[in-house]
Amino acid sequence: MSERASVPKEDQTETEQDDDREPITTGAQSVIRALENAGTDYVFGVQGGAIMPVYDALYDSDITHVTMAHEQGASHAADAYGVVTGDPGVCFATSGPGATNLVTGIADASMDSDPMIALTGQVPTDFVGNDAFQETDTVGITQPITKESYFAGDSDTVGDNVSEAFALAASGRQGPTLVDLPKDVTQGETDREPMAPTTPDTYDVPEEADDTDVQEAVEALADAERPVILAGGGVIKADASPALREFATEYEIPVITTMPGIGSFPEDHELSLEWAGMHGTGYANLAITNTDCMLAIGTRFDDRLTGGVDSFAPDAEIIHVDIDPAEISKNIYADHPLIGDAKMVLRQLYDAMPRAPDADEWREQCQDWKSEYPMTYEMPDDEPLKPQYIVETFSEVTDDDTIVCTGVGQHQMWASQFWEFTEPRTWVSSHGLGTMGYGVPAAIGAKLAAPDQEVVCFDGDGSFLMTVQELIVAVREQLDITYVVLNNEAVGMVRQWQDGFYEGRRMASEYPWIPQFDKLAEAFGARGFRLEDEADVEDTIQAAREYDGPAVIDAIIDPAENVFPMVPSGGDNGLFALEESHLEML
Amino acid sequence: MRPEGRRNSQGIRVDPEAEVTHDPRQAVLSALVKHRPGVLAEISGLFSRRQFNIESLTVGPTVDEDTARMTILIEEPEPGIDQAKKQLQKLVPVISVTELEPEAVRRELALIKVGGEKPDDVNAVAEMYGGQAVDAATDSVTVEVTGSKQKIDAAVEAFKQFDVQEVVRTGAAALERGADTLEKHD
Repeated sequence: MSERASVPKEDQTETEQDDDREPITTGAQSVIRALENAGTDYVFGVQGGAIMPVYDALYDSDITHVTMAHEQGASHAADAYGVVTGDPGVCFATSGPGATNLVTGIADASMDSDPMIALTGQVPTDFVGNDAFQETDTVGITQPITKESYFAGDSDTVGDNVSEAFALAASGRQGPTLVDLPKDVTQGETDREPMAPTTPDTYDVPEEADDTDVQEAVEALADAERPVILAGGGVIKADASPALREFATEYEIPVITTMPGIGSFPEDHELSLEWAGMHGTGYANLAITNTDCMLAIGTRFDDRLTGGVDSFAPDAEIIHVDIDPAEISKNIYADHPLIGDAKMVLRQLYDAMPRAPDADEWREQCQDWKSEYPMTYEMPDDEPLKPQYIVETFSEVTDDDTIVCTGVGQHQMWASQFWEFTEPRTWVSSHGLGTMGYGVPAAIGAKLAAPDQEVVCFDGDGSFLMTVQELIVAVREQLDITYVVLNNEAVGMVRQWQDGFYEGRRMASEYPWIPQFDKLAEAFGARGFRLEDEADVEDTIQAAREYDGPAVIDAIIDPAENVFPMVPSGGDNGLFALEESHLEML
Repeated sequence: MRPEGRRNSQGIRVDPEAEVTHDPRQAVLSALVKHRPGVLAEISGLFSRRQFNIESLTVGPTVDEDTARMTILIEEPEPGIDQAKKQLQKLVPVISVTELEPEAVRRELALIKVGGEKPDDVNAVAEMYGGQAVDAATDSVTVEVTGSKQKIDAAVEAFKQFDVQEVVRTGAAALERGADTLEKHD
């Protein structure tokens, strides 16, 4: 990833410095020049007092600004842009409330290691610390949720701050960075061109893993009787999906993904067990529980994946490949830590493997589990529309490269369970932070990042309502996005937990007062559809897809439908509930 | 089919029958950091948000004006100490981190203000701990003591006989013994 972050961009800088662009005269112009040098196409943002000089400099730039309805929308759109392209998405906000509104999106990007850079206006340097109008300590607030937050103190070097922040966001374990831009610094005079995007001198990016460690790891893997690969989001971030596919098929090792790792390995491949965790497939969770050797790549062993650590892969030697040394043995002890870039380490492992593990029986066992615990749902005639059927039908009519965005909740789980993902960077969701409202703006960022790919966003009624105002952006930009609201008149995941773990005491989880989303969509200027019958599912999906612009399907689904399988929080992955009544036994 | 094994709370595979916990121990971490505004906040924030148990944290300039050194006393089980080092190293302004050997030179300074009724006795106790009076007024004496944490603890205890009014301690500063320096570790 460091290759992508620095090498091409340095080349670009050299060529662009030869061109006849106007010389820089202000700090703000150097901020914009730094973004141009880094290859920025889009900026998602909202105007405001302290950021005005930067917007004024943007007036003369070829960078396209996408005005969002709310800064949170800007942060999620930039995040999704980063997820789909692999390069940092950029968002702008003014000081004070503009900056604090970005916070959720920055935290989201941090939890999912998504490349993103946030530029925030700040009150003039002389006012900082005086509680001036729209002042907030943006660096202080965002320091824990960024790779680094910079306070730009000088017009001459503000462009360098942006260049460094950009390179840092893009390289190593990716993530968000922020540069806080006091108004006097951006207004101040300078004629200095910003430096090329370069990571800080204290920042090392591991590349290949230690050869001796690789040797020990492959011995363990080749000797395994029940090997699995656990592919995390890091595989996608490192563009290592082809390398993973090559490795897994050559040595015939079953592949499980984490939820952020969805798309890193084709789910229609016979070695795929799809994804593991709280609502993962029964077969993936059983394989995790019973494996004797796990090759985990680019995953931080989140608690929604592991369940209780005492019962996670209890018999397994763990080979852990990660670019961030701090992830090694943080949650799950690594017997064989391999610190390095996932793509490079997979190549090393491929070359070093002495033989394929002797695992015929194990692969058969995994296939048996697939038949024993298939991902299914029931659809009796007398019951309302089932959300899984909508997802499945949509998945069948679309191309492999279709990008699926989601909000957070039950709809997110159904989308990830019943959509068949085969390509990396087609699953755009909020995993670590679990941000309801991520979907509407994320789909905007994803569509602008990949205009030639179909984009569909599954959302829930609760989640959709949190950022629905961003629909106006999709309308204004005429973005061809199909939003499907799986509407069960509730924050369904909370209701599911209340029914399962709080004796059905449904406190503040039911939304009997939600608007009609098809009509709301029409009010924004999008096309609205209402879907209630199973018989209309395919036609409605096709009509929404054919509409040239944003369409919203308000799909009224069975409110009684819940998400299964389910491993209760902190539970044993090998013991999952397939239906409500099983929860009591766990 | 259920596997026999299990892991402890640190995710380490253990004997299914055994009770395994790691006892906390004290470690001295020494970090060279970029000397610029906000670094102390960034590092202290890391320790609080990751729930690392720190006993003291000192910071000051070094011979290089762009670099500061932090000495952090941390009490954690082994995996926590390892994790603290790695998380520290990950922060952009941190140049290098090392855990000092237990025999490293460690010094702390305390200023102790006591009532001025028995100045001679106060002086005598100060001398016992290699300290000295640094300020005297009609009704108070302030004494300076330096040394290891244990020595300072003992000195503070000893001064309690004199109506202690205020105590301030710097926390430990530490350097490795011999010719090794922090830069040479990397």
